[in-house]
Amino acid sequence: MVPSYVPLSYYLLLSGFLFACGVVGFLIKRNIITIFMSIELMLNGVNLSFVAFAAHWHALAGQVFVFFVMVVAAAEAAVGLAIIIAVYRTRETLNVDQVNLLKL
Amino acid sequence: MTANLNLWLIPILPLAGAAINGFFGRKSSRQAVTTVGLFFSGAALAWALLVVARVSSATLPYHEYLAQWIRSGSFSVDFAFYLDQLSLVMLLVVTGVGFLIHIYSVGYMWDDPSYYRFFSYLNLFMFFMLTLVLADNYLVMFIGWEGVGLASYLLIGFWFTKDSAASAGKKAFIVNRIGDFGFLIALFLLIKHFKSLNFDQVFQSVAPMGAETASAGLLTAIGILLMVGACGKSAQIPLYIWLPDAMEGPTPVSALIHAATMVTAGVYMVSRSHVVFERAPMALTVVAVIGTLTAFFAATIGIAQTDIKKVLAYSTVSQLGYMFMACGVGAFSAGIFHLMTHAFFKGLLFLAAGSVIHAVGGEQDMRKMGGLRSYIPWTFLTMSIATLAISGVPPLAGFWSKDEILCKAYQVSWVYWLIGLVTAFITSFYMFRLLYMTFFGDYRGVQADAHGSHGHDAHGHGEPHESPKVMLVPLMILAVLSLVGGLVGVGNRFEHFLAPVFESGNKFYPPLLDAAASAGPIENPGGNSMEYVLMGASVAVAFLGWYLAYLLYLRRPELPQKIADSLDGLYEAVVHKYYVDELYAAVFVKPLIDGSTRILWHGVDQDLIDAAVNDAGDGARHVSDELRHMQSGNLRSYAGWIAAGSAVVIAVMIWMWTGAR
Repeated sequence: MVPSYVPLSYYLLLSGFLFACGVVGFLIKRNIITIFMSIELMLNGVNLSFVAFAAHWHALAGQVFVFFVMVVAAAEAAVGLAIIIAVYRTRETLNVDQVNLLKL
Repeated sequence: MTANLNLWLIPILPLAGAAINGFFGRKSSRQAVTTVGLFFSGAALAWALLVVARVSSATLPYHEYLAQWIRSGSFSVDFAFYLDQLSLVMLLVVTGVGFLIHIYSVGYMWDDPSYYRFFSYLNLFMFFMLTLVLADNYLVMFIGWEGVGLASYLLIGFWFTKDSAASAGKKAFIVNRIGDFGFLIALFLLIKHFKSLNFDQVFQSVAPMGAETASAGLLTAIGILLMVGACGKSAQIPLYIWLPDAMEGPTPVSALIHAATMVTAGVYMVSRSHVVFERAPMALTVVAVIGTLTAFFAATIGIAQTDIKKVLAYSTVSQLGYMFMACGVGAFSAGIFHLMTHAFFKGLLFLAAGSVIHAVGGEQDMRKMGGLRSYIPWTFLTMSIATLAISGVPPLAGFWSKDEILCKAYQVSWVYWLIGLVTAFITSFYMFRLLYMTFFGDYRGVQADAHGSHGHDAHGHGEPHESPKVMLVPLMILAVLSLVGGLVGVGNRFEHFLAPVFESGNKFYPPLLDAAASAGPIENPGGNSMEYVLMGASVAVAFLGWYLAYLLYLRRPELPQKIADSLDGLYEAVVHKYYVDELYAAVFVKPLIDGSTRILWHGVDQDLIDAAVNDAGDGARHVSDELRHMQSGNLRSYAGWIAAGSAVVIAVMIWMWTGAR
C-alpha cells in the first residue's frame, strides 16, 4: 500500500541534510556573507524538523517555535548584516581569516 | 589555725609591676618606671616580711587554696600556695636579694634606652620565681619553673641586637628544655603512680614505701628524672654549659637570676622532693656524684678565665655543685643553708663585679684592670668581704655553710669530702686571683690622661670612677649579710629551723643515712672533735688558696704565665673549658643542624612540600600554555570546535540511548 503522505523520516533526513550543509558551509567558506547564509540554512533545517514533528504529532507547539525562530532569525539577520557592513567598512575585507584580532 | 596570710599577693605584686612597666613604661619617664619597679618588688618584700612576722612554727605548713585548675576524675590540680620553713627561707632570699638588685639596677641600667623593659622583665622574673617557691604542687611549681626560664631567656638576650647575647639566650633556653623534659617525665610518673601532684599527697603516698636499696625502682626513676630537670635549671654537669654564656646579660641579671635565685631552683626542687630522694639511695648517689664532679670541674675552669664575670659564672656552677653534693648526702638543710649564704655573697660578687665593669667603662677582661683599689674603695671593700665569704674564711657566711656541707659529706664518704676540700682550695685560689688581678698592682686599662678632659659622661671615658650611691647601698647591705649571714647556722640552728620540713617524711621510715652510709666507710665523727678537725682543714685550704693567689698574682705576677707555659696542653684545655662546648657542638648540635638542613630542610621542605606546590603551579601553567592555542581568533576554528563538540555530545547521547535499552 502506497502511503498517502510522506513519512516523517523523509522530512527528518532532509532536515538533517540541510543542517549538515549549513555546518559544512560554515566551516569551509571564508566569505562572511556565505557563512551567514549557512547559518540561515541551519536554522531552516531545524525549522523543517520542527514543523515535521508538529504535523506528525498533531501538536501546535512546533509550529509556534518555528515562528519564534523566524522572528529571531530576522532580527539576527538585521544585526548580523549591520555588523558585516561595519566590519567591511573598517577592514575592507569579508574574509574571516583576516578578521582575527580577537585572540591572545 | 592561722588567719589568712594572703600569700598570693607576694607573686602578684611583681606581676602587676611587670605589666604596668611593660605596657606603659615606654612612654613613662625613667623616674616613673623606677618608682613602679621598686614599689612592686619592695611591696613583695614587705608582704613577705609581714608573713614572716605573722607565722610561727606551729602554724606551718600553711596552705592557701586559690582556685581550681584541672579536675579530671580523681586527679586534680589547683592553684594553691604552700608555705613551710623551706619556702619561707626561699621567699626571703628571693624577695630580699631581689629587691636589693632592683635598687642596684636603677643605677646600673640608668643610661640604657630600654630601661623600662629591663624593669618589666625583672619584675616578671620575681613573679615566676615566687610562684615557684610558693607552689603547693608540682604543676604550679612547673609554671614558675618555666616562667623563670622565660624571664632568664629574655634577660640574657636583653641586648638582643648583639649577636652573642641573642645566641646565649637561645642556648640557655634550649639547654633548659632538655632538663625540663626530664622534669616533665618525672611529673607524668607521679601522676601515673600516685594520682596526684600535690606535695602533701605525693609525699604521704611515698612515705610508707621502703627505700629502694636493693634495686632501682619507681622512686629512683622519679628521683633521677627530677635531677635531670635540676641539672638543666641549676647548671650541673652535663647541662651546665648555658650558665657561663648567660653572662651576656646585664650584670644585675647575672646576680639575680644566674647566681642568687633562679639557678638555685634546682636545689630547692630536689630539697622539696627530699621524701622521694630519701627512699631512692641510687638517685641520691647520682645527685651527690653530679654535684661533687660539677663543683670540682667548674672550679678548675674558673682558674684560667680572664673575663671577670666568667670566673664568677664558673664559681656559681661550682657552688651549686656543693649544694647538690649536700642534697646528695642527705644534708638538705645544709644545701639550703649554702643556697642562702651563696645568694648573699655571690649576689654581692656579681653586683661588685658590675660596679667594677661600670667603673672601667664596660671592660670585663681582668687583664686590663688592676690597681682599682684606690679608685673604687667601696666596691673593693665589699668585694673583698664577698671573696672572703666564698673562700670560707671564718666567721663569714660561706665558711659556715660550706663547712657544714663538707662535714655532712664526710659522714657519708670521705671521697666527697676530699673532692669538696680540693674544690674549696681552688675556689679560694681563683677568687683571690680575681681580687688581686682586679684591685691590686697597676692599672692596665686605657690610660685616663688620653681623654681625661672629656669628662666621664659616658662609659669608656675618664679614669675609673666609683659607682653612684644607689648601686653602693645594695652592695653594703649584701656585704653585711655576707658577714653575718652564716651566724644563723651556728649551733645547727638553721638545721633545726628546717627540721620540720626535712624530718616530716621520716616518721614512717628511719633516716636514709643508715642506707646511704653503709655504702661508704662509716666514720661518724666522735662528737665535736672530728667536726673541729674538718673545720680546721677547710679553713686551712681557704688560707692556702689565698696564699697561693697572693704569691702568684701579687708577689710574682710573671709566674702564672710560666706555669701556664710549662703545663701547655693542660692549660690550653682549661682555658678552652675542656672543649666541652666543642664536644657538644660536634656530637649533638652539628648532627642536628646537618640533619635538619639536609633532610628536613632540603629533603622534606624543599624537595617534597615546596616541590609539590611549585610543580602543581608549573603544571597548570604548562597545560594552560598548550590550551591557549585553541583561542586562535580564527572564527572557523571556533566553529569547528563547536561542531566537533556537538558531534561528541550527539554521539554520547546516541550511545547512551541505545545502551539504556
